Amino acid sequence: MKNILSLFVLLLVVSCKIDQKTETAQTDEVKIETYTADDIKLEIHNFNGLEPYLNKNDDKTYVVNFWATWCAPCVKELPHFEELNKNYKDKNVEVMLVSLDFPNQYDKKLKPFIKKHNLQSKILVLDDVDQNTWIPKINEDWDGAIPVTIIYNKNKREFYDRTFSYEELETELKQFLN
Amino acid sequence: MKLIKTLSVFVITLVMSAFTVSTPASGGYEVGDIATDFKLKNIDGKMVSLADYKDAKGYIVIFTCNTCPYAVQYEDRIIALDKKYADKGFPVVAIMPNNPVVQPGDSQDAMKARAASKGFTFPYLFDDGQKIYPQYGATKTPHVYLLEKTKKGNVVRYIGAIDDNYKDAEAVNTKYVEEAVDALMNGKEIKETKTRAIGCTIKV
Repeated sequence: MKNILSLFVLLLVVSCKIDQKTETAQTDEVKIETYTADDIKLEIHNFNGLEPYLNKNDDKTYVVNFWATWCAPCVKELPHFEELNKNYKDKNVEVMLVSLDFPNQYDKKLKPFIKKHNLQSKILVLDDVDQNTWIPKINEDWDGAIPVTIIYNKNKREFYDRTFSYEELETELKQFLN
Repeated sequence: MKLIKTLSVFVITLVMSAFTVSTPASGGYEVGDIATDFKLKNIDGKMVSLADYKDAKGYIVIFTCNTCPYAVQYEDRIIALDKKYADKGFPVVAIMPNNPVVQPGDSQDAMKARAASKGFTFPYLFDDGQKIYPQYGATKTPHVYLLEKTKKGNVVRYIGAIDDNYKDAEAVNTKYVEEAVDALMNGKEIKETKTRAIGCTIKV
């Protein structure tokens, strides 16, 4: 009886460990390039460079949205993330918008988009072709369709393979704020 | 004893749920499943089924569309796959899963125009009513399902991306689909049966 029980407990622990792997993985930041043109400055990273932003261990709660200008459902929900940033930036919350736009679209599409919509949240750009390696590091269940969102702080982390209204997003964020 | 049983059912359920959180396409195929055939309208107006290909050994089924930049990026490579493998028994069958009312750039006229201008050598089918892609579990474009024709049916052998570099065909390290088809043709085990890539959500 006791043995069976401990086996189950072990099984549970092992299954949870797998989920947490992404949270603890830390590598050195590698900045590929800092891109400046017009007055928009892009911060471009490969996955190693991005990873620290997904694993900060301070007192803030982070809302990280993966998007691209070519992704219609992403563009549609982007204003909600902007509004969340506006309403919560003084409440220890930081919104980060991780663009997956193609490098040849940075000047043509991404920068004009940022300018036109006057985006205020922190913009990061992920340029890493080895998607089969980094997608499962973000979430084992994610197959790569965007948008997706991560909300995390040092105590808790959730991955959302869905779109949000402002109310839905705020409701989720509040689960992290207590 | 009863307690152990109840407990084990509880724990097993818990463990399983831990592995299956938030997969909306959980109804889709996994590698090893038998894939459904279909009867979908091609750009020439004719209906196409997998069963029409009497001599095929399998199929490279690709959910793709006109409007997704990733799909566009891979168009030439999809044509190349068909040119390389159709004669060897593994033709490309492309299916456009988007709702053209939501995504007018993927209308049947637009599909025809795109196929003509790019010189598609394979059928470019319209998933009218969006009945087929959910059965496969496709979530994005492009999304590849490599099928092997067997006596039991068309078995899913590979699911995922075409290769590992969307940006530059010249800089690809691993051609996932080619490696999988080559393995099937040579009776070898497929090394990577499932890969992930960024893509555009299917527009419903």
